Amino acid sequence: MKQSSNNSTLDKVNQSLARRYRAEKRFKAYGIAAILFGITCLIVLFTDIIGKGHSAFFQTYVYLEVTMDSEQLYINDPSDPQQIAAADYQGVIKAALRERFPEASSRRDRRALYALVSNGAGFKLRGQLEADPTLLNQTIGLWMLVDDDVDTYYKSRGEDGESGFDGRLNEKQIGWVESFIADGYMESRFNTTFFTSGDSREPEQAGILGAMAGSLFTLLVTILLSFPIGVAAAVYLEEYAPRNRFTEFIEININNLAAVPSIIFGLLGLSIFIGFFEMHRSIPLVGGLVLTLMTLPTIIISSRAAMKAVPPSIRDAAYGLGASKMQVVIHHVIPLAMPGMLTGAIIGIAQALGETAPLLMIGMVAFVVDIPGGVTDPATALPVQIFLWSDSPERAFVERTSAAIMVLLAVLISMNTLAVWLRKRLERRW
Amino acid sequence: MQAVNQNNAATDDSAELKLPSDDQATQHKFDGKTVGHPLSDNPKMSMRNVNVFYGEKQAIFNVDLDIAQNQVIAMIGPSGCGKSTFLRCLNRMNDTIESCSVTGEFILDKQDIYHPKQDIVPLRARVGMVFQKPNPFPKSIYENVAYGPKIHGLASRRAELDEIVEVSLRKAGLWEEVKDRLHSPGTGLSGGQQQRLCIARSIAVSPEVILMDEPCSALDPIATAKIEELIAELKENFTIAIVTHSMQQAARVSDRTAYFHLGKLVEVNDTKRVFTNPEHDLTEAYITGRFG
Ligand SMILES: Nc1ncnc2c1ncn2[C@@H]1O[C@H](COP(=O)(O)OP(=O)(O)OP(=O)(O)O)[C@@H](O)[C@H]1O
Ligand SMILES: [Mg+2]
Repeated sequence: MKQSSNNSTLDKVNQSLARRYRAEKRFKAYGIAAILFGITCLIVLFTDIIGKGHSAFFQTYVYLEVTMDSEQLYINDPSDPQQIAAADYQGVIKAALRERFPEASSRRDRRALYALVSNGAGFKLRGQLEADPTLLNQTIGLWMLVDDDVDTYYKSRGEDGESGFDGRLNEKQIGWVESFIADGYMESRFNTTFFTSGDSREPEQAGILGAMAGSLFTLLVTILLSFPIGVAAAVYLEEYAPRNRFTEFIEININNLAAVPSIIFGLLGLSIFIGFFEMHRSIPLVGGLVLTLMTLPTIIISSRAAMKAVPPSIRDAAYGLGASKMQVVIHHVIPLAMPGMLTGAIIGIAQALGETAPLLMIGMVAFVVDIPGGVTDPATALPVQIFLWSDSPERAFVERTSAAIMVLLAVLISMNTLAVWLRKRLERRW
Repeated sequence: MQAVNQNNAATDDSAELKLPSDDQATQHKFDGKTVGHPLSDNPKMSMRNVNVFYGEKQAIFNVDLDIAQNQVIAMIGPSGCGKSTFLRCLNRMNDTIESCSVTGEFILDKQDIYHPKQDIVPLRARVGMVFQKPNPFPKSIYENVAYGPKIHGLASRRAELDEIVEVSLRKAGLWEEVKDRLHSPGTGLSGGQQQRLCIARSIAVSPEVILMDEPCSALDPIATAKIEELIAELKENFTIAIVTHSMQQAARVSDRTAYFHLGKLVEVNDTKRVFTNPEHDLTEAYITGRFG
């Protein structure tokens, strides 16, 4: 009797065990499916961006033999730097093009011919002459930037010259380009311009450096302000503030602020920093201040959570030895909470790095060619630059948009790596 | 600290203590008056009329007790009877608990430790504490012991600090085991070593009184024996109050024993007397294992 009841219990347990295993397997499968979904999305996103953007890291150059004719350059005194600076370099390039393709004789054809070479090519010539004035009246061979339409055509055409994207190029222009290619006078090189110059109306001269510098200065301001202020606020609220209606009210509002749309912070920055304090528009200082406002709630909340997680036994130990509150906080709580605080701060700052809307409000969307040298120079930021380029019609800006996204992602990934590394370094077991 | 008006009526109401209902035979009465000798001729600390509240809930009722100079007093009693609460009052660790309010007189060497002008920093330097769970700082062994002297400015030179660390570790019986790895993390030691490290840490600031709250409850018998030995040695220089759940431990290490029951101090006597011939029925019931 007893035996059989024991057996039936065991049977029941076994039955339920099988059911439990099945449930467990299902549960695991859901998790794996979720992760696979995430990874698939990520792969699609990355292949799309990299597929579109990788070509922006290369730029087409054309080889031209240019005669530095002093008459054509309007230089009569080579020792006068002003003359060298103001000389008509584009003119000698045009002459070189005319020489190579004499058949282009009508005004229209000539204009089409000149359009093959970037109008930034003259700057390169000027640089050469400034570096070596003896080049005057000599013929030199030079690799020069081509116009973005030519660049797009060259990149999209197959080995055999088929199916190039001709866009705005006409028949004749394509013929000239093919002639250059046939002579081996056109080649693709690593696009250093993209990493060394600021924005430009001409895609082949446009670079990401200006936006990167702008982002860097903006983030610098954000980090320097938001981390200390956030940690100080968190320490006060967590360790010193009495628990009453007022602090509860503050707490609730910090949580609310974390959920406020970022464009509101932009409006706030516009009216406070630019409207009231009369700071300049479009400068990283204001951008940094606005992003600080936006990041603070995140940092405060995560810092408080990190401090809450410090074991009470450590506080007891320090208090038991006669440490004052400040000593407990500075010697024990903050060092132990630092990894968590940093994680929160980096998440907040990474968010700030990708933020566009508030920067639009304070005018960091301006077309800025110069690379900013400080927090008070007009600048854009990486995400705003992406926004600007994605809005441009030239096909060459499409690939640059994707390339800029890649740069932004690279910066984000390196920041997160830094965060993980910092946390690993500071983490202590207890 | 808010002043709480303690009305004796409340005490009288609950004077008849509720014991486990399945134990009808042991219907003991406690009239609220401590039996034995709660006072001492040579007190290091004397507490009078102590009441402790957690919010509305009272945890300690009208306790009078003296802790004698260079003696070990053991506090025993069933779980939740307020031993830790009482112990934590002695160096004002309860100040960190917001809901906790303490009334009564606490005198350490003729000085009122709850006086509004009393600074808790020097108080805790004089009355140290060792906790139930070993809680070394996540720092090196050296840093753990040196922390107290550093914050109190007890050493002006590195050599002095080195000496304090060595002497403290020696007194705690840990020096031989750790002298070669003073700069490795204190959390890397075994549980028993960690607890001795915590003892070394608290004696490094040369306190006069050391409070220990179940210092051996997380340790194995061998580590426990070491700490008990240590307590016997420390008695020479320090006054010690120890809370323990082990009757044997109380019997082995203490000179006097105080028995708490539901927040009241039932009996205080010489340890020998308590364990051989307890004066109060409740004490007897507890030490013979009838409840607790
Ligand atoms: N922080 C607190 N807040 C509210 N009540 C508390 C708090 N700490 C302790 N108490 C209550 O006070 C009473 C005494 O607790 P205490 O910790 O002093 O008991 P104990 O004798 O040390 O018990 P144990 O032997 O289990 O450690 C208990 O009823 C407990 O619930
Ligand atoms: Mg306790």
